Amino acid sequence: MSAPAKLPRWADLVLLPAVSLAAALLLSAGLVAVMGESPVTALRLLFAGAFGTGDAIGYTLYYATNFIFTGLAVAVAYHAGLFNIGAEGQAYIGGLGVGLVCLAGGSWPAWVVLPLAVAAGAGFGAAWAFIPAWLQARRGSHVVITTIMFNFIAAALMTYLLVNVLIKPGQQSPESREFGANAVLPAVHGLLAKLGFEVAASPLNLAFGIALAAGGLVWVLLWRTRWGYRLRVAGANPAAAVYAGINPGRITIGAMLLSGALAGGLGLNELAGSQHRILLDFPGGAGFVGIAVALMGRNHPVGICAAAVLFGALYQGGSQLSFDLPRINRDLVVVIQGLVILFCGAMENVWRGPLAALLARLRVESRESRGESQK
Amino acid sequence: MSVSPERVPALDLRGIDKRFGPVHANRAVSFAVRAGTIHGLIGENGAGKSTLMNIVYGLQSPDAGTLLVQGREVHFRHPREAIAAGIGMVHQHFMLVENFTALENLLLADGAAAGSAAGRAAAREKWDRLALDHGLDVPLDAVVGELPVGVQQRLEILKALGRKAEILVLDEPTAVLTPAEATQLFQLLGRLRAQGKTVILVTHKLREIMAVTDRVTVMRQGAVVAELDTAATSLRELAEKMVGRSVLLQVEKGPGFPREVLLEVEQLAASDDRGVPRVKGISFQVRAGEIVGIAGVAGNGQSELLETLAGIRTPTGGAIRLAGRDVAGDDPAQRRRLGLAHVPEDRLKLGVVAAFAAEDNLILGQQERPEFGRGVLLDRRAIAAGCRQAMAEYDVRPGDPRLRLGAFSGGNQQKLVMAREIGAGPQVLLVGQPTRGVDIGAIEFIHRRLVALRDAGKAVLLVSVELDEILGLADRILVMNGGEIMGELPRAEATEEKLGLLMAGVRAEAGHED
Ligand SMILES: Nc1ncnc2c1ncn2[C@@H]1O[C@H](COP(=O)(O)OP(=O)(O)OP(=O)(O)O)[C@@H](O)[C@H]1O
Ligand SMILES: [Mg+2]
Repeated sequence: MSAPAKLPRWADLVLLPAVSLAAALLLSAGLVAVMGESPVTALRLLFAGAFGTGDAIGYTLYYATNFIFTGLAVAVAYHAGLFNIGAEGQAYIGGLGVGLVCLAGGSWPAWVVLPLAVAAGAGFGAAWAFIPAWLQARRGSHVVITTIMFNFIAAALMTYLLVNVLIKPGQQSPESREFGANAVLPAVHGLLAKLGFEVAASPLNLAFGIALAAGGLVWVLLWRTRWGYRLRVAGANPAAAVYAGINPGRITIGAMLLSGALAGGLGLNELAGSQHRILLDFPGGAGFVGIAVALMGRNHPVGICAAAVLFGALYQGGSQLSFDLPRINRDLVVVIQGLVILFCGAMENVWRGPLAALLARLRVESRESRGESQK
Repeated sequence: MSVSPERVPALDLRGIDKRFGPVHANRAVSFAVRAGTIHGLIGENGAGKSTLMNIVYGLQSPDAGTLLVQGREVHFRHPREAIAAGIGMVHQHFMLVENFTALENLLLADGAAAGSAAGRAAAREKWDRLALDHGLDVPLDAVVGELPVGVQQRLEILKALGRKAEILVLDEPTAVLTPAEATQLFQLLGRLRAQGKTVILVTHKLREIMAVTDRVTVMRQGAVVAELDTAATSLRELAEKMVGRSVLLQVEKGPGFPREVLLEVEQLAASDDRGVPRVKGISFQVRAGEIVGIAGVAGNGQSELLETLAGIRTPTGGAIRLAGRDVAGDDPAQRRRLGLAHVPEDRLKLGVVAAFAAEDNLILGQQERPEFGRGVLLDRRAIAAGCRQAMAEYDVRPGDPRLRLGAFSGGNQQKLVMAREIGAGPQVLLVGQPTRGVDIGAIEFIHRRLVALRDAGKAVLLVSVELDEILGLADRILVMNGGEIMGELPRAEATEEKLGLLMAGVRAEAGHED
């Protein structure tokens, strides 16, 4: 009934996610104990699996790259008042763009192919987001519905293309042929080796840097440009946007184009950076995890990068965990990831009220005690 | 003056203190409200009245101080507890479910199960009787969203009374009411007092204080500065106590010198969101150097007229010319570029983004202007500087450009909107209810700015339901009723009686119409 409790900024940004995460991990620990393993050992293994070695960190950041791209995609749409559930499909089609350029550019130099691949990933992702955006802006069909449908259409289209068109001749599995060496994003360990640093090999590649740059770009676009201002007004108060001479339909389309372009970045990381071919289902649900990442990161690029690393660590550490502890299988790891999404994304408001009350009480008490003895 | 000893005060505030970060909203506020009286609470915008009342209602908790209800110390953590202690509150923004019927809202307030038909019938009987006892006319089966504000407010009061409220807090209840509705409200408050209930009335309208209260507390910058018996004070004294200086209750204004026509409306027609015609073919002109006032009871098409002129609503017929150019097909951005500015009637809905900082609200509608950026980029420093300057000029408190707009008091939000629209340097300014919820010091200031704009040779179209405001500012007055212009009077010929007749739909016999 009452309005949502207001927390101080620092508590909203740091304390609340931390409490949610702790609660999720606590519940997971309970599950682990029920399975007959030691929660302490499990947590240690999870952490070590994610950050313990150079290649573990590499893998964690490699996964995080996907989540940064999709988290940013969700956040940009969110600021325009749109709930883009289609990052998954946009990433899938974006990857198609990346792959087609990489396959086609067999004889071109890397400095031509790679920028073209970046542009194609963004362009294909944006194009896939354009149709739902246009439908909402001009026809009033809700993007929540249409973007979900476009995920299915993207999956069907990619399956068709891989099975019938792109498949490497004379092969059973639906995959394209490998990209040429000129059409591959350099791996980070390779780059560092050239500079004289020896680090363990991992799929971490230049796309990570591109993702961070995209985060910076999103920040500038949303908070430092006139277009970003219009976008945020349209998202926060559509009636005021009309009053201010902002065309909400144009904003819807622009925001979704950017959102889809960002999601397309995932294809860069997965295909040009790691798999070096087009294959089935490479987004692997990262588009949906992006929703949780954006929520937890408060739709701000810095928060999204932090939340993406957390989810990357859960992926990487989780797979290590199921490898090391026989009684904890892959499914339990998925459950743990699900719990984190549930607690950090959906259930944060459960803690908000009690936390605000607690903080208020602490503040009053500290003021009272200061009355007697100056702290 | 001390509280009369024979009766325990209904409400006793002792040293209530509340801070919002750097803002000291309530400074050791102490006063008592006698049982069975109507107690006025006045003060400038941001003086801390709403904060104090929210504390009394358990919506916010004080940092220090105690609250006594009927002599017993209480510490509310939630409105539920305040309600249980017999306190009811009617907010300026009603807390009703708009697509429920009145009865369903009352059931919700009771926490009663609406499921059983028998329960419903019993509830209907109970509320019917209560409404009858208090002379509150509320159609229980009407959908709330379709009721006039005055009736919605009565429903809120009924809700509070049904929860056995002995103390009723009303925060700016008349800001949205028509004069007739306000009169009804005050009659009701008088009856409640006669039944021994206690009423706390927060308002900016000193006339209302003089007319209905027994005692009045004046706040300034979070602290109580005076407590007076209403019978022993005057409008002027109250105004001075509130603002801390003497106030002009009537703005000084020389004769106008109207020049060329800047805004011309011809046979304009417009409908509301449901397609009901609200503006029915009206024509008028506003010249450079004059203020044209549109008087009328709220809901007679003034809102739709303003929105149509601003380009937010598409006209269903007629022409709008801005400095000679037909703008009927132009969007709000194009009209702004032609020198139109607009202070909307409903500032929270249209005029601001409550979640944004004050500085970001000060560029709303002006986000493309060259002084706020370079190329596609915004210049944060220029925006903050512009905001700080506007805040100083319009005395917006607190003067913090980074503060969320929603955290400003209602009157200060309005000052920010005025600052923005006048600051845009318009040729034609459309203003709707410019001083709704604004304190008298600020009213004086806003009125001066409007007159200054006129004297600088701009055209001002003023829509207001406050006759005082129209009479004080306008050079020419048009009266709207049922979507039509009933008549036009030059200021010199306008009296409250003549306007009142026109507003009621009685056409002037001596035709001043073109
Ligand atoms: N949630 C909040 N966060 C920060 N500051 C606040 C908050 N609520 C109120 N304030 C500040 O506290 C002061 C008192 O505000 P309050 O709303 O009580 O004023 P008011 O007397 O009701 O004014 P008005 O007549 O304009 O409604 C103002 O300076 C306001 O900006
Ligand atoms: Mg107030």
